[in-house]
Amino acid sequence: MDMPAARQRFHLALLAPLVLVLLGALAVVGVVAYALQSSRGLGVTGLSRDIPWGLYISQFTFLVGIGASAVTVLLPYYVHQQKVFARALILGEIVAIIALGQALACITVDLGKPSRLLNILLYPAPTSLMFWDCLILGGYLLLSIMGLAATLFARGGQPAAWVRWLALATIPWAIGIHVVTALLYAGLSARPAWMTAVLAPRFLATAFASGPALLILLAGALARAKVFDIGREAVAKLSIIMTYAAAASVVLALVESFTALYSGIPAAREHLEYLFLGLDGHTGLVTWTYASWLLLLAALTVLLVPRWRHRQGLAHAATLAVLLSVLIDKGLCLVTSGFVPSTLGYVHDYRPTWIEVAIVLGIYSGGALVFAAACRTLLPFESTIHAVNPPPSTLREPSMVQVAPMEN
Amino acid sequence: MNRRLTRRELLAGTGAALGAAALNGPAARSALGAVAGSGIPQWGIAVDLARCENKAGCRACIDTCHATHRVPAMADPHHAIKWLWKEPFPRVFPEQVHGWEDKSRLQAPVLVLCNHCRQSPCTRVCPTGATWRRRDGVVAMDEHRCIGCRYCMAACPYGSRSFNWEEPHPSPHNGNYPKRTAGVVEKCTLCVERLDGGQIPLCVEACQAAGASALTFGNLEDSSSPLRALLSTRQVLRRRPALGTEPSVFYLL
Repeated sequence: MDMPAARQRFHLALLAPLVLVLLGALAVVGVVAYALQSSRGLGVTGLSRDIPWGLYISQFTFLVGIGASAVTVLLPYYVHQQKVFARALILGEIVAIIALGQALACITVDLGKPSRLLNILLYPAPTSLMFWDCLILGGYLLLSIMGLAATLFARGGQPAAWVRWLALATIPWAIGIHVVTALLYAGLSARPAWMTAVLAPRFLATAFASGPALLILLAGALARAKVFDIGREAVAKLSIIMTYAAAASVVLALVESFTALYSGIPAAREHLEYLFLGLDGHTGLVTWTYASWLLLLAALTVLLVPRWRHRQGLAHAATLAVLLSVLIDKGLCLVTSGFVPSTLGYVHDYRPTWIEVAIVLGIYSGGALVFAAACRTLLPFESTIHAVNPPPSTLREPSMVQVAPMEN
Repeated sequence: MNRRLTRRELLAGTGAALGAAALNGPAARSALGAVAGSGIPQWGIAVDLARCENKAGCRACIDTCHATHRVPAMADPHHAIKWLWKEPFPRVFPEQVHGWEDKSRLQAPVLVLCNHCRQSPCTRVCPTGATWRRRDGVVAMDEHRCIGCRYCMAACPYGSRSFNWEEPHPSPHNGNYPKRTAGVVEKCTLCVERLDGGQIPLCVEACQAAGASALTFGNLEDSSSPLRALLSTRQVLRRRPALGTEPSVFYLL
């Protein structure tokens, strides 16, 4: 063993428990914050009668996007036979399942009466998009867990034929969860900021940018820690998907801004004014809006210039920038700006309290801990299969049409 | 919680009350019989802006409503619970403001409440049926089924729904009306408990008692009702009619 490798292993041995302890502590703080919120009511948040949805629902929206983005590995692998995604598939499914669990947690902590959550199923209301969102999210979660289990526990490393059909069925569901989540907002005449047909496509575009970005970063970390390697080619392809999706999201945001600004209709324009300039002296989201846009545009510049995107450090920074940009846009600005100005024309800034931030951080820490556990248990299992057998790309039945992988 | 009505009981109660009103005639029954007419009514309210404005500072309807329905006065205005309140004219009718009107018009307080819309967005989005439109047009609210998701607040174009951000203390004492808990949405119910008992809404009664007579309650389906007479002869505004919600609250100019 050479010295740098030994030092790296030593660092990892020290770093890993430290990170786990930190995550555990954050999760505990989140639980305490939630206990406080439960006993005192949602008044401990920064929410108000004019801005009734904030960080929780915003983060829910962002996380549903991450959950839906499993499509970016499912679709190329199962529909276009992109075999390089074989190992990314497992990672994508684990991340999707955890993200959905976190999304459901975000919904639950937002409820005034979480003990009555099951009323959604006890008194089904088919005209409510929230009812459909819960159904489709639950269904997708179930399909994903089944898919992951079937892939992991397949005998001899070869998943049964029905797993492919299950995966194919999962693809429209994955798109569906995010479309329905967008429709939940897009059908409200009271909120002109959301009432736009491009909201669902924008949601999909940002999801298919942020999801692969997260996968690339996680894959990079796992490969570095020598836990799991999805392969360089898979990362390169995920990066292409991310770049195109991010570019599409920019186009959609621009055409959306055009109709709002050129038409000049105050209701269509005011929320953009609030986001970029501030309204009536309230500038709560202006810094965040510019941060999100600068991150996205800088990342796209790096990702579109070959000389820059081939430098791994720079490419990783750009990937992180895409993720952060979407996290800010969807996870804060998009939802809360829809309430400004209020239906009676009042303008307030929404400021999350430490309790909201602690609860959201707790949910993320919980998710990260589950992910760490999944890496320790599920991923090595997958690796052993690969150690014994050749990777699944060569294991597929010969009858299947083989499409030559794209050359970069 | 002393009494909990299921939706069916509420509807049955309405039917029974209306039946009784129709049988006994207006003279034998209370005030509601006089405005009910025959068949299933569609309740509506007309607010006479000038009459309401003339009684400057009058809060008779608001105070009576909030005291009876135990609407708490929250210290934090962001957590306020409002069933019936006043907003400046331009906030209620933003499309009607051109900037050249007299200053007093821009500051004129307008009485606002739940519009009990015929095409109510709040009931459409509620995931549990905790809020629903009764056959008599009242948008009712079951605070015991409400999960507190606040989707109805996002959907209401009038800001007429309030959430209990904190435990609703202090809540005025009234043994006849249940107090709410933290975590549920509430709003004006057009006094369903009174309608079902054959009485007109409290605010209308209080307005008459205060000598303002700015509120007229009645059955929109009954062509001979005083409400219909007002709507057919006066200039009428409804809040944000372009949204297609079809409010049952009318403002007389």
